[in-house]
Amino acid sequence: MSKKLLTAVIGTALLGLTAHTASAGTLEDVKAKGFLQCGVNGSNLAGFGAQDSSGKWTGLDVDLCRAVAAAVFGDASKVKYTPLSAKDRFPALQSGEIDMLARNTTWTINRDSALGFDFRAVNYYDGQGFMVPKKLNVKSALELSGAAVCVQSGTTTELNLADYFKANNLQYNPVVFEKQEEVDAAYQAGRCDVYTTDQSGLYSIRLSLANPADHVILPEIISKEPLGPAVRANDSKWFDIVSWAHYAMVAGEEFGVTTANVDEKLKTENPDLKRFLGEEKDQHIGKDLGVDEKWAYNIIKQVGNYGESFNRNVGEGSPLKIARGLNGLWSKGGLQYAPPIR
Amino acid sequence: MVTSTDVRDDGGRSATSLLYNPVLRQIIYQVLTCAFIAWLIWYAASNVAENLARANMTAGFGFLTGRAGFDIAQSAIPYSSDSPFTRALLVGFINTIIIAVCGIITATIIGLLVGIGRLSSNWLIAKLCTVYVEVFRNIPPLLVIFFWYKGVLSLLPDVRQSLSLPLSVYVSNRGIFMPAPVFGERFWLIPAALVVGIIISLIYRAMARKKQMATGKASPILLVSLALIIGLPVLTFIALGTPITFDPPVLGKFNMRGGTVVGPEFLSLYMALSFYTAAFIAEIVRAGIKGVSKGQSEAAAALGIRPGLTTRLIILPQALRIIIPPLTSQYLNLTKNSSLAVAIGFADLVAVGGTILNQSGHSIEIIAIWMGVYVTISLATSLFMNWFNTKMALVER
Repeated sequence: MSKKLLTAVIGTALLGLTAHTASAGTLEDVKAKGFLQCGVNGSNLAGFGAQDSSGKWTGLDVDLCRAVAAAVFGDASKVKYTPLSAKDRFPALQSGEIDMLARNTTWTINRDSALGFDFRAVNYYDGQGFMVPKKLNVKSALELSGAAVCVQSGTTTELNLADYFKANNLQYNPVVFEKQEEVDAAYQAGRCDVYTTDQSGLYSIRLSLANPADHVILPEIISKEPLGPAVRANDSKWFDIVSWAHYAMVAGEEFGVTTANVDEKLKTENPDLKRFLGEEKDQHIGKDLGVDEKWAYNIIKQVGNYGESFNRNVGEGSPLKIARGLNGLWSKGGLQYAPPIR
Repeated sequence: MVTSTDVRDDGGRSATSLLYNPVLRQIIYQVLTCAFIAWLIWYAASNVAENLARANMTAGFGFLTGRAGFDIAQSAIPYSSDSPFTRALLVGFINTIIIAVCGIITATIIGLLVGIGRLSSNWLIAKLCTVYVEVFRNIPPLLVIFFWYKGVLSLLPDVRQSLSLPLSVYVSNRGIFMPAPVFGERFWLIPAALVVGIIISLIYRAMARKKQMATGKASPILLVSLALIIGLPVLTFIALGTPITFDPPVLGKFNMRGGTVVGPEFLSLYMALSFYTAAFIAEIVRAGIKGVSKGQSEAAAALGIRPGLTTRLIILPQALRIIIPPLTSQYLNLTKNSSLAVAIGFADLVAVGGTILNQSGHSIEIIAIWMGVYVTISLATSLFMNWFNTKMALVER
């Protein structure tokens, strides 16, 4: 009996050890298992990655996961979500627990080179800001010397905070937590005076506070935070699919194709749009990418274009009401720009 | 060639007997097990190396000398964001040690009191101690930590409405703010006096023991030692003209400025670990005292030894023998449980290591450091307690 048990234990241990060495490209793995495992924000960050009361995931990052699933499977619902804290996200991607990370993660050179990830598409251009209770009567971040600042550990935010206060010769007292919920609770309990994170996050968190109107977000933006999906390095096929899923959403907005009008647009005579929707004769863009020719059509049909996704999750159509700003199309003064699909 | 036929002759027999030779069989099993474990380790290591190489990641501890870039609020040594990762780890390590030492001392005191209390003939005290043990022993330590943290946080007032205690001590949900001592020039003479006091009282104790052995006369060791240990530093303090001033905390725009602060993270972790572990220690103490047979105290009474002396000289030394080994594991538990600090944001080794892990991406190295440090702390505690145990063990004649 005990020998059988021992054999079983050793067998399982060996399986666990071999599992990762045997993996082929991520695309093949994803296709083989039949769904996409997507790492998203585990702290219910409204607008980016959050679960509603019925357990349905929504958000800008969630839409990107769905777009990738739509491209790979033709079905945006074939996604399983792994909620992750800031600290757990990188080991989860490194170990192969998730296929892609779409968790408002800043693209930095260190993460791109030393951590073994690849970044390219940016689905939200953000910057770090500060939120303070209105009653403190603070108008600028430069008045914050001596404050206790709540921040999430293991983020670029934590590093920018240290740099900003040092550069401006300000004193501060960091109050650091691993999970965003803990930071929220500490800020609400008055453990700290200031909450710092990406500005989009501040808008989202402010909504979840008891009295959102009692808190102000200071005008200073102290860093560049290009947030985008990350995949494991040296898997260019998978990297291409994830990047182009985002670009397809942006291109969709450039073309003016929406979920509502995409079927109608199939009849277009515009060769650019025809190619985008997979209607060109004998085209092989999808095949070269490793997905179906209707990949972009499926993304627009099932998820929507970037503008729709933005509006629904963080823009005017959402409680966050964030202006497009840097995230507008390049043709409208923003930074969202899709490389040519040809 | 001559003997070859002989060998072949009983070859069959010796092969079977070799197979059934218990000594040889044991050796074979052990060699196989060792080989298997070695292979497993090699396999895991090469697997890790291969995966790292494929992910374009470098392995090694070289990254630790880089600039940390993040700040740590609770630091016992000078630290800034310009310090290297190693310094940050050291800060975390020292914080772990501080919490472990403070927790162990407090848990032992509470545990001793509660353990003795449960044996009290006073009904109320005995029942209160029982309730204490049953409550804290049956709650997971993480919940106890949350209980203290949320309790401390939600019950205490905002920093701008701090409770003001005498001697410029302020209590708020940001912690306890106290005046920071500013030492004068010749302040070092006071600890020096303390050391001198301890040495003299030790010498006095040895002499008094000798005298008691020779003449049977007991000397007031406790009184003289206390006078020396407390009196000498106090006299020095007065003679030097009180070479110490205090920098009291003052409410600034956001926070208290000046003074020193004990944060709520430290306080709640310290309280939770002390109270939680004390419940176990109380049971160990009770078991130890119960474990000394009643005949011992009866024999002492028959010899005319006073009850206080009976407890100190006869019951306690024997009880300690039963108490020390399980006490060691409680100390180890407390030290390891201190890693739960990460849940409330106290910068212990695990919390700081986690931040470094995330900022640098070197998870395997950081986990190796964590394991190495905890094993070292635990083994050191174990060694000390084993030494103490041997010292306390029954010396049989």
